[in-house]
Amino acid sequence: MTGPTQRTTPASRADERAAEALEAEQRLAERHESGRGRPGWAPLPRRAGLKPSASPLLSLRTPISASARWTLAVLSFAIPFLAWVALSASGAVDSTFLPSPAAVLKAGADMASTGELFDDLWTTTQRVLEGFGLAVLVSVPLGILMGVFTAGQAFFEPLIGLLRYLPASAFIPLLIIWLGLGEPSKIAILFIGTVFFNTLMTADVVRGVPVALIDVSYTLGARRGEVLRKIVVPHSLPGMIDAIRVNAAAAWNFVVVAELINSSAGLGYRIVRAQRFLQTDKIFAVLVVIGVAGLTIDVLLRLLRTRVGKWAA
Amino acid sequence: MTLELRNVAKDYTVRGKVTRALDGVDLEVLRGEFVCVVGASGSGKSTLLSLVAGLSRPTEGEIVLDGVPVTGPGPDRGLVFQAGALYPWRSVEKNVAFGLELLPIDAAERAKRVDWYLAETGLDTVRRSLPKQLSGGQKQRVAIARALACEPEVLLLDEPFGALDVQTKEDMQVLIRQVWADTGTTVLMVTHDVEEAVFLGGRVVVLASDPGRIAADVEVALPAERDLAVKREPRFLALRARIEDLVREQHRGHVSRVAAVE
Repeated sequence: MTGPTQRTTPASRADERAAEALEAEQRLAERHESGRGRPGWAPLPRRAGLKPSASPLLSLRTPISASARWTLAVLSFAIPFLAWVALSASGAVDSTFLPSPAAVLKAGADMASTGELFDDLWTTTQRVLEGFGLAVLVSVPLGILMGVFTAGQAFFEPLIGLLRYLPASAFIPLLIIWLGLGEPSKIAILFIGTVFFNTLMTADVVRGVPVALIDVSYTLGARRGEVLRKIVVPHSLPGMIDAIRVNAAAAWNFVVVAELINSSAGLGYRIVRAQRFLQTDKIFAVLVVIGVAGLTIDVLLRLLRTRVGKWAA
Repeated sequence: MTLELRNVAKDYTVRGKVTRALDGVDLEVLRGEFVCVVGASGSGKSTLLSLVAGLSRPTEGEIVLDGVPVTGPGPDRGLVFQAGALYPWRSVEKNVAFGLELLPIDAAERAKRVDWYLAETGLDTVRRSLPKQLSGGQKQRVAIARALACEPEVLLLDEPFGALDVQTKEDMQVLIRQVWADTGTTVLMVTHDVEEAVFLGGRVVVLASDPGRIAADVEVALPAERDLAVKREPRFLALRARIEDLVREQHRGHVSRVAAVE
């Protein structure tokens, strides 16, 4: 609040400020002459400020509207699908090589009606559950061990770091010699293909638990085992599910590869059989089923991850 | 209860080079005291607290709580970090309950105690919230309530309000004085804020730098019942200025020593 004695007219205040600015300029000039001010460099080349982008679609790391997101998601399927329709309808490619969507749908429906598609899907899924399930059972405890004990890391990491670069598919001939053509060799391929990566990723996640959380737990009376159970595991859980999600995709790939090479049932086997009779429509149908099943696994794990990781910022 | 540091020294080895962080520290904290430790950077304030907490071991000397040497961390010495270190997947009440869950007491007894600490620290309304939903001040309240729920002999505070804005910081200062009075807990707090140390502490210990030693141990002759207004009183300002001079002196020494090394 200004009292009557302090009242000044706006004009005189503006004059005052102008006088002050002038004074400041003089001070700067004096400082410059005395040799203490910033040297009189040439002015820096000017750069224009950032212009607003034409659309949020072209801005870096900018959220887009929900409708734009859905449109793009639909287009990502629709464009290749329409290209497929156009290509097969044009007759430019022989239908033996590129069956039409309708033919693929029919082949799929035929296989579904005889039940063989579901049998194959179940056989393949079962192999993933067994092989990858085993890999998870081994890799999660091992990864936790490597994550919490520096000694565990020092002992296991060199070997596992090497083993993960050996392609699992290269083990197939060896595993057939060792384990025969039956289920064990397929389970083993899945296991080899996923266990090392999942171990290293789990170890990484566990190493991400802040030391402060562990220290503070000790000061609240927790023992080492309790810290492991009540701090390390819950903090790592969302990350561990992420690792499982990534490696589940790999498991899904390996099982089909294993079935392509030797088997008497499963989606991979169905593809090989269709190849023998040049039934590309069947191959396409099976590929679609493989894709949809893989996507379903991914979505389920992502839902689980969202549920478990609600607390993460 | 007596917490005693006897001729405590601590060395750190970084890339083969040994640095002494603390040297010849003798300190005695009696039951119910509120002792603040201030010091410039390089004075080993946080090292001191981590030694008392038992999270690291002294190179020389010993730390004794009620006649028993400290050999590791335990619930008799609750620690509050600057960043709170809350369990992000646990709600506020479950964070506070953590230490009690480890003890053989029934759920009703635990709930009763958690309720009291939540009320005491003003967290009733956010008891089911997750840490990510809390403000900085609320997070520190949870950290304090969680440590207190274990009924520690001594509460160790490691710059607990260092990351808070000035207004929240003052709220928290008033809160911690009140909690200290209500629970009778002994408090050993480390801070770089001299005003805070004088306002909160019954004693202010000034650490010297390179290595950390006790440079001064100043009695704060202010009434036990303090409100924020005391910060403007001449005796408060005089004491604050005196301790600030001590800290500043150490800081200058530290800066010139660092420059000499480089």
